[in-house]
Amino acid sequence: MAASLEIRNLHVSVEEKPILRGVNLTINQGEVHALMGPNGSGKSTLSNVILGNPAYEVTDGEILFEGKNLLEMEVDERSRAGLFLAFQYPVAIPGVTLANFLRLAINSRMKANDPDSKGISISDFRKLMRAKMDSLHMDHSFAGRYLNDGFSGGEKKRAEILQMAVLEPRIAILDETDSGLDIDALRIVAEGVSSLRGPNLGILVITHYQRILNYIKPEYVHIMYQGQIVESGGADLALHLEESGYDWVREKFSTTTP
Amino acid sequence: MTTTTRRGNAPAAPLYTRADIERLSDTHNEPRWLRESRLAAWEIYEELPMPNRDSGEAWRRTDYRGVRWDQVNHLPNGGQPSLQSVPAPMLEPLIGDEQGGTLVFVDGKLVSAQVSDALTAQGVIFTDLQSACRDHESIVRPNLMTKAVKPSDGKFAALHAALWTHGLFLFVPRNTVVELPLHVVMYNTQAGSTLGHVLIVLEEGAQATLLVDFQSARRDEQSVSVGATELLVGDAANLRYVALQDWNRATYEFNHQRGRVGSDGQLDWIIGTMGGQFVKNFIEVELDGQGANGRVSGMFFADHEQLFDHDTQQSHNAPLTVSDLLFKGAAKDDSRSVWQGMIKSLPKMQKIDGFQASRNLVLSEDARMDAIPGLEIEADDVRCTHAATFGTLEEQPVFYLMSRGIPRAEAELMVTEGFFEELLDRVPFERVRDRLRASLEAKIVGRDA
Repeated sequence: MAASLEIRNLHVSVEEKPILRGVNLTINQGEVHALMGPNGSGKSTLSNVILGNPAYEVTDGEILFEGKNLLEMEVDERSRAGLFLAFQYPVAIPGVTLANFLRLAINSRMKANDPDSKGISISDFRKLMRAKMDSLHMDHSFAGRYLNDGFSGGEKKRAEILQMAVLEPRIAILDETDSGLDIDALRIVAEGVSSLRGPNLGILVITHYQRILNYIKPEYVHIMYQGQIVESGGADLALHLEESGYDWVREKFSTTTP
Repeated sequence: MTTTTRRGNAPAAPLYTRADIERLSDTHNEPRWLRESRLAAWEIYEELPMPNRDSGEAWRRTDYRGVRWDQVNHLPNGGQPSLQSVPAPMLEPLIGDEQGGTLVFVDGKLVSAQVSDALTAQGVIFTDLQSACRDHESIVRPNLMTKAVKPSDGKFAALHAALWTHGLFLFVPRNTVVELPLHVVMYNTQAGSTLGHVLIVLEEGAQATLLVDFQSARRDEQSVSVGATELLVGDAANLRYVALQDWNRATYEFNHQRGRVGSDGQLDWIIGTMGGQFVKNFIEVELDGQGANGRVSGMFFADHEQLFDHDTQQSHNAPLTVSDLLFKGAAKDDSRSVWQGMIKSLPKMQKIDGFQASRNLVLSEDARMDAIPGLEIEADDVRCTHAATFGTLEEQPVFYLMSRGIPRAEAELMVTEGFFEELLDRVPFERVRDRLRASLEAKIVGRDA
């Protein structure tokens, strides 16, 4: 059975202000979806809610992952079940090295499956890290740096994709992974993501812009506006947005004047 | 039944008498000069009042009325202090397999001294202070409680000078480099009072690295430690000094520590405070010669009912001196911490650079942390900066780690340990860093101390 992420009639508020107003979306393993929309339409809220960020409150609706109620799972359980979010703004954690953190993340998975697991050996972990860092053109010294602490924008995004490569999720959400990247950095990051594509990985690419979709070609494109998905289509929908901008979306779907 | 004077605002005074000092001096068969210096300090002690919360800034936040002098007023005696009572991890070499030299004190008695022949051949003296007072009077006498910590520094400094029970003495002669780190363990198994001393003298151009571990076995009866540390760093000398305190939870500690640094000398001082019920620690660096450099790194973690009070001073007594102080601490449960820091400079001491920062992590609603930075600068061409910050454990880093599959407890542990990593990185011994991490972890997850 393909792992599917099913979002049904999802309503979410932040500090009692409704942000999402009935979102419906299904993503299966092997599929690549793009979620586009103007600023403030609720895209990042959706990604944070899927992972369980405590700053957001679900007021109605449900999210199912492989048929299980995701909203009843802790954040760490969601990750171990196979969900991944590449954050738009990854938080810096001084004093915690990328390597120590990722090793603990792997060991947490192994321990959840087998309480007696001793975790990954240091040499196996080192080999894994080197291989994955090489594929993302990352210097090996990265592993010893404190997580996102003093990283450039491009380094942060690459570190997110590195984590995705190491943790091998079944459904990954990339939240504006293209923002703040120059064209070379974008290419490296996007190629890194593309290399992970396959029948076992479903991807949701959240973006304003078409350009990342030139590297990670989606099968489905959705437009979010005012907390709802207002239009869905194929890859051509993204091209249409690139040519015409979001004004037609606003004209067609505006329910209230913000 | 004993009546106590723990009433009102006045802490009770210790019950020692001049006779205790004479008895101590007799027991050790001390030279006359030492006995006289003890008795002179006793005179000063008797003149000074017990500090209380009305005794000025230094003691305003420091309530030690819980100490029961009637219970602790005896020096450890009897028993058979032995190396076997010391926990094995404390006796491991600091790095690799080689030890430069190790002294182990148990209940104030030297139970083991390992000093390599190479050190002795270099003219290095690394021994207990009692023997040093007898065998090396010409070096010890001019330096013992005359230059760094003085009896007049305070009631507890005077008490220490009068009644110190044991100590370590390190002397490194001119231009001599001690390559391997030295290690001293001061371990107590019995309750009561210990007054341990640290005296380090580095002559011009000398270099050494030394770790002192202060620990005690778990006891329910109270103990008191009245300590003094003197670090005399000569011109162009370089001392790395790490002092880690992990007394049991029934211990009250009063500590006076001062380093003096000569021209172009360097003192790299690391202080870890984990144990004790109550800690009052004066830590001062005097930069005496042009170009002297002092770095002080302090870490502490208070939990349950602990009260840690660190009082630091960086004194720029010469031009072109540099001081850098960083204290990082956490407090959870009902604990309390105080840090007061002062940067001072004499007039006309130009081109000095002083920095102090206090970073505080408040881990429970009932914990309280105070940080009071201060500057007293009488020169104008100077750069002096200070900063104090307070924070709680932030949810977003924890969420980030959890979003990668790490359970909450481990995520919180990782973020909290990360807070201290900057200081752990400064500890030059890997095994000691691991020991500190384990001790932090026990506090963070609340394993009983």
